[in-house]
Amino acid sequence: MNLNGIWAIYRFEMARFGRTFWTSLLVPVITTSLYFVVFGSAIGSQMREVSGVPYGAFIVPGMMLLAIFSESILNGSFGIYMPKFTGTIYELLSAPLSPFETVLGYVGAAATKSLVIALIILATAHLFVDLTIVHPFAMIGYLVLICVTFCLFGFVIGIFAKGFEQLQVIPLLIVTPLTFLGGAFYSVMILPEPWRTVTLFNPVVYLINGFRWTFFGTSDVAVAVSLSATFALFAACLIAVTVIFRTGWRLKH
Amino acid sequence: MSENTILRLEGVTKTYAGGVTALSPVDLSIRKGEIFALLGPNGAGKTTLISIICGIVTPSAGTITVAGHDAQRDYKAARRAIGLVPQELSTDSFESVLATVTFSRRLFGHGPNPAYIEQILRDLSLWDKRKSRILELSGGMKRRVLIAKALAHEPQILFLDEPTAGVDVALRRDMWKLVHRLRDNGATIILTTHYIEEAEEMADRVGVINRGKLLLVEEKDALMKKLGRRQLALTLAEPLAALPAGLEQWHLELEADGRILRYTFDAQAEHTGIPSLLRALSDRGISFSDLETKRSSLEDIFVDLVRETA
Ligand SMILES: Nc1ncnc2c1ncn2[C@@H]1O[C@H](COP(=O)(O)OP(=O)(O)O)[C@@H](O)[C@H]1O
Ligand SMILES: [Mg+2]
Repeated sequence: MNLNGIWAIYRFEMARFGRTFWTSLLVPVITTSLYFVVFGSAIGSQMREVSGVPYGAFIVPGMMLLAIFSESILNGSFGIYMPKFTGTIYELLSAPLSPFETVLGYVGAAATKSLVIALIILATAHLFVDLTIVHPFAMIGYLVLICVTFCLFGFVIGIFAKGFEQLQVIPLLIVTPLTFLGGAFYSVMILPEPWRTVTLFNPVVYLINGFRWTFFGTSDVAVAVSLSATFALFAACLIAVTVIFRTGWRLKH
Repeated sequence: MSENTILRLEGVTKTYAGGVTALSPVDLSIRKGEIFALLGPNGAGKTTLISIICGIVTPSAGTITVAGHDAQRDYKAARRAIGLVPQELSTDSFESVLATVTFSRRLFGHGPNPAYIEQILRDLSLWDKRKSRILELSGGMKRRVLIAKALAHEPQILFLDEPTAGVDVALRRDMWKLVHRLRDNGATIILTTHYIEEAEEMADRVGVINRGKLLLVEEKDALMKKLGRRQLALTLAEPLAALPAGLEQWHLELEADGRILRYTFDAQAEHTGIPSLLRALSDRGISFSDLETKRSSLEDIFVDLVRETA
């Protein structure tokens, strides 16, 4: 195991995040506050409770995931896209690192950043609403799993991408809409048919509901189903990364 | 694999996805501690060959053994033995010089060694710049950074891909000094170039490559002797308007307004043809005031070789 190599990549990536530390910190704080002003005050005054949870608290898990999805994909993809773009990938490819070690360095760093941002959002939300987390350990575990999954997904996008705009397309055009439509800010149970059934084909529904369960102990779908869906997504990303490294696709000529 | 061989290529070929065959089967053995120059024109396949050895390009066929390790099966051990200075100036931008060199050492599996890193940076005149961000450096300085990165993990084999392309005289001199010092410490150096003088000046052995084929591998001196032609230049006492008749067999050339008569001959041949030429000249009453012989450069040899295989 090339621990020094993994550490080198991890440190390099963390240093990159460190250079934009204050913006990275401020953006989630401001965004969270804005969500509370808009959703919490404006809509929340009309809609006091969802599934027995005060609306202000109800939207916190969705808000966290919304940020985690885009942050993870962006950071996961940027980390591997940049060396491809600048040509410094030659060093990575010539280094004594296994694919697993390389991914551990990049995805580990990206997931760390996502985790930190998620916790900042949680802390900011705490200033606005009372939050009691029913299953705190499950919450942290689930959070880590989702961060890692989406960073892996980002990593795949970063290898796939042939230009900067391609890095933006998938988070902006697919993941964010799916998150909004997947009940980040409402319970899918309030939807009329056929939309409720249609929504159940959106994988993000399961992620959000599983995560929400760790907060409140209630969920629109069974927790086991949520967890299975999350693991399936994780496994799919892992397989994609493995295949990419085995074939050298878009990494080696 | 003989004890002396540090790198061996057997039947290595490469056809790129687009269909370009960049390497026909290449067999090559590099001796421990030598400076080997891979010489060939642009597009010959030099970078492809190096990239395959270093793990950046996947070979279509063949096996590579680096310091006793199979480059495919035992890639970690093989790669630890290798340092690469790429042809392109590909660097990070926002990292400091010290950080990027330290990064390289770690990436190749070594723990930190500040004293060693300091030594490299000093050798490359980078120590004063160690805190500068890379993007603030000139092209020549960036090339030094790339060399420092390649040396950071104390490789046994150093690859320099076109190391002096677009490089100033000072860096060139520093680089050759460094290369010789590394070799004295037991490192093996493989460089590519399309400058003949560079191979001639630096290398112990030379491999000539063209269109993906390794045409020959020779000791530089032997190559010079074997293929090196010599030239005899006679400065004439009286300029000649044209070559006199009867001297055709020597294929002479008249230069400098008829003041210099040039004869090219094979230094290794039993009969150089010089005594008979001098007799023939004196028979015709042509006298000369000066006489000079010189060895043809690797350039001439190379041009001949490439022409033969074209
Ligand atoms: N990534 C690539 N895809 C397709 N063809 C390539 C690629 N890289 C190099 N080539 C081709 O392979 C041949 C050898 O190139 P290269 O190894 O770079 O030569 P050199 O380094 O001797 O100039 C050239 O014809 C070049 O166009
Ligand atoms: Mg080249």
